[in-house]
Amino acid sequence: MELTISIILGFMIIGAIYALHAKDLLSAVIAMGIVGYGLVICFLLLKAPDLAIVQIVVETITLVIMVAVVLDSTRKELEPSFDRRSLLNRIAGFIIFAGLFYFFLLAIENLDPLGMHSLGMADSYVNGAVELTGSVNLVNGVLFDFRAYDTLGEAVILYTAALGVLTLLRMKGKK
Amino acid sequence: MKGMSIIVKKVSQLMAGLIFIYGIYIILHGHLTPGGGFAGGAIIAGAFILLILAFGSSALNLKKEIAGSSNTESVAILMVVVMALMALLFGSKIFFFNHLPKGEPGELLSAGVIPLYNIFIGIEVAGAILTIFLALVIFKEESSK
Repeated sequence: MELTISIILGFMIIGAIYALHAKDLLSAVIAMGIVGYGLVICFLLLKAPDLAIVQIVVETITLVIMVAVVLDSTRKELEPSFDRRSLLNRIAGFIIFAGLFYFFLLAIENLDPLGMHSLGMADSYVNGAVELTGSVNLVNGVLFDFRAYDTLGEAVILYTAALGVLTLLRMKGKK
Repeated sequence: MKGMSIIVKKVSQLMAGLIFIYGIYIILHGHLTPGGGFAGGAIIAGAFILLILAFGSSALNLKKEIAGSSNTESVAILMVVVMALMALLFGSKIFFFNHLPKGEPGELLSAGVIPLYNIFIGIEVAGAILTIFLALVIFKEESSK
């Protein structure tokens, strides 16, 4: 299974790099779709079907909106210009990348293997959640009983995002 | 935004109801099968977005739609907080306490208040996503005039 996930992750990285360098913006948007739908397959392989449902719906909606935006505005990318400032930006980006990669290599030594957890709290969630919440779907039981404050926060974030979009885009309509 | 061809219109007309019912199924069985309020709400919003994209923005009164969807999501998020406050009145003194009887695990009517939270969170998510989409469509209509 790790081999399959590695292959899909490789495809996702290729798609992301192509999306950055594509001349046509429509093909860049389609290449971004590879990343999202590859993530759906990864979620299914890692036994998280509820995340896969959310990801496939949200990915489809955002892809449709992005395609509509690109078809309505422009399909050409801006020509990159080379001067001293862009050279400085590239050097800074490379230094940050190298530093992050070094710390990633340090951190991966202490990581648990895939599927094995060392948190004590997870055991009591897995073994006792059905009796305590009465919900057979453990994820939903944890989401709305033990971690209900998190769920309230997520819902309020979505509500605030909708309010922000309305405030920014509907200023003309209220006059 | 113009509507699409008659084939797209007919197929989306037939499919939108099925997608809507699937979203309701995901929400109502959230405590039994994978899914829940967030997934089902996104699917319900997807059914509406499919219809709006297929029939174009001139087929319906967008201003009325956006008022309805934003009012719906406001009432739904208020109901989630009211449900959490109800736990303070009945049963214990804990916010978000599961005060209804648990029932037998695996039945449709079980798990106390969790299905009710699923329903209201689903309505809220569907309203929020639809509101954002409608705001973008109305902004484009007004700026292209």
